[in-house]
Amino acid sequence: MFPKPLEKSSRTWQISYQLLLPFALIVWLLPLLAVANFSIKPEADFVNGNYWGLPSSFEAFANYGKVFFESNMPKYLLNSLFITIPTVIGAVALSCMAGFALGIYKFKSNLPIFFIFIAGNFVPFQILMVPVRDMTISMNLYDTKTGLVLFHIAFQTGFCTLFMRNFIRALPFPLIEAARVEGIAEWRIFLYVVLPLMKPALAALAVLIFTFIWNDYFWAVVLTQGPGAQPVTAGITEFNSQFRAAYHLMSAGSIVAALPPVVMFFLMQKHFIAGLTLGAVK
Amino acid sequence: MTVSPAVSSPHASSPQKGWYKRNEIAITPWLFLMPAIIFFTVYVVIPIGQSFWISFHQWDGLGEKTWIGTANYERLLGWGDQNMDRKFETSFWNNLRWLVLYLLAIPAGLFIALFLNQTVRGIRVYKSLFFFPFVISQVVVGLVFSWFYLPNDGLFDIITGWFGIDVKGGVLGNPNTATYGIIAAGLWPQTAYCMILYLTGLNAVDPEQVEAARLDGAKGYKMLWYVILPQLKPATFIAFVVTIIGALRSFDLISVMTNGGPFGSTRVLSFFMFEESLSEFGFRMGYGAAIAVVLFFLMLGFIGYFLYSMYRDEKGAR
Repeated sequence: MFPKPLEKSSRTWQISYQLLLPFALIVWLLPLLAVANFSIKPEADFVNGNYWGLPSSFEAFANYGKVFFESNMPKYLLNSLFITIPTVIGAVALSCMAGFALGIYKFKSNLPIFFIFIAGNFVPFQILMVPVRDMTISMNLYDTKTGLVLFHIAFQTGFCTLFMRNFIRALPFPLIEAARVEGIAEWRIFLYVVLPLMKPALAALAVLIFTFIWNDYFWAVVLTQGPGAQPVTAGITEFNSQFRAAYHLMSAGSIVAALPPVVMFFLMQKHFIAGLTLGAVK
Repeated sequence: MTVSPAVSSPHASSPQKGWYKRNEIAITPWLFLMPAIIFFTVYVVIPIGQSFWISFHQWDGLGEKTWIGTANYERLLGWGDQNMDRKFETSFWNNLRWLVLYLLAIPAGLFIALFLNQTVRGIRVYKSLFFFPFVISQVVVGLVFSWFYLPNDGLFDIITGWFGIDVKGGVLGNPNTATYGIIAAGLWPQTAYCMILYLTGLNAVDPEQVEAARLDGAKGYKMLWYVILPQLKPATFIAFVVTIIGALRSFDLISVMTNGGPFGSTRVLSFFMFEESLSEFGFRMGYGAAIAVVLFFLMLGFIGYFLYSMYRDEKGAR
């Protein structure tokens, strides 16, 4: 193990490490702690210039209540949900099948197709922006959740296919051969042999895509406008212009907007990290 | 599905079987690939080509496109007797700043990973809390940092004030510091990402090699450089890929924190492109597409390198 395990170090270093750890964490998360602090302060604190000190009174209920009952925030949150969930399902479904095809079968264009999926994944969004926006408008899907969902599914399929294909590649191939010898149809092999083994990959991808899509801002701005379809990342800017310079409300709104992926991450931590660090270990 | 007669072995393609059954192995992958390929082609592959096409036109996004040849590129890059578009120049240099400084996330992430790679009580919670910034949307990160940088009332201004440093107009209000302020905000989640990559990598480092090296008297920097880092190569590669892509995709933070200002000093190509195509100054889709094409070629160099490395691994694995 590197660095040297703590138990083998000097007593002084052991103690200082234990002290350093929480201190480092607080410094690292200082920006977040500050926002959390902002969000429970009364407005008066900001008027009096008490930005970073302790709140003079506890106003969390009032502030968060305003966010939920006197703004468009709940609408934006729902929009985000209705954009994110279908995208997750769509992208995972498409890439499961594509990953199966690319991971199991040998055919000439296998690698070229695989590399097109990977390459598309790295492309700058801007080169897609004008045509995708134009296409979305001509399909009458501009400023709708469906328009966003369709694009997200397509784009995320690149990364998801990379992920799924490599995962399926690592499964024991004799299993599939055995099934073939039994005369089982190929689609049944996918459904009953491969798919059950893919559960960890499905979970990992689902949380990852959930976070990516929830946090997407660029496409939300390009393909939607207004509270009818905009997700929360784009809505927060409108929210902020509604409560201009009302830091206690803006910070409460930000926390609410950021929360779902955070919850997702803590619930599915193992899968999330497994997905994110795919390929970091050979 | 029909039940095949018991006499024929499942391998032999007996003539009684249907066409599909005989070609099952050849056709199935294409059936499975079809939906993904259709989506990906329509929304990703074709639009890349269309952007190239649009970049040779003048177009407001609604009316007819007018073919103007390479005029957009001439104006952008300053070919012929024109000067290079000043906004493009700023954006390009800012992109380079992003690229170089963003790479700091890799050593920073490694440093934190080494710091956290211990087995004390509660270390798992520490690791996930350190990773926290990556999960939060960049929009929120941008907001948080813009409050941190507020002139006079911001924590940054207060702390630098103790040392007698006063950034005129606040970090984000000053054209000389604004870009660096945004990059610092971006480094926060990016470092967290690199950290988690390295933590996973460190987990898989071969303990026997480390012990052997230790017996040979290797420690500290030498151990890190000659024994640990070579084993972390896959993690470093991924960290490099995601950091480069992240740096060139920077848009959210700029849009939220400064909206390109002050005086356009924080523009990068991705933001400049968006601004030209969809801003209140009018829709210049053709010009925007030309910017996107330039950005695409900038990225293509990196993408080519990434793909080449992956392709080499892929060949090696066979």
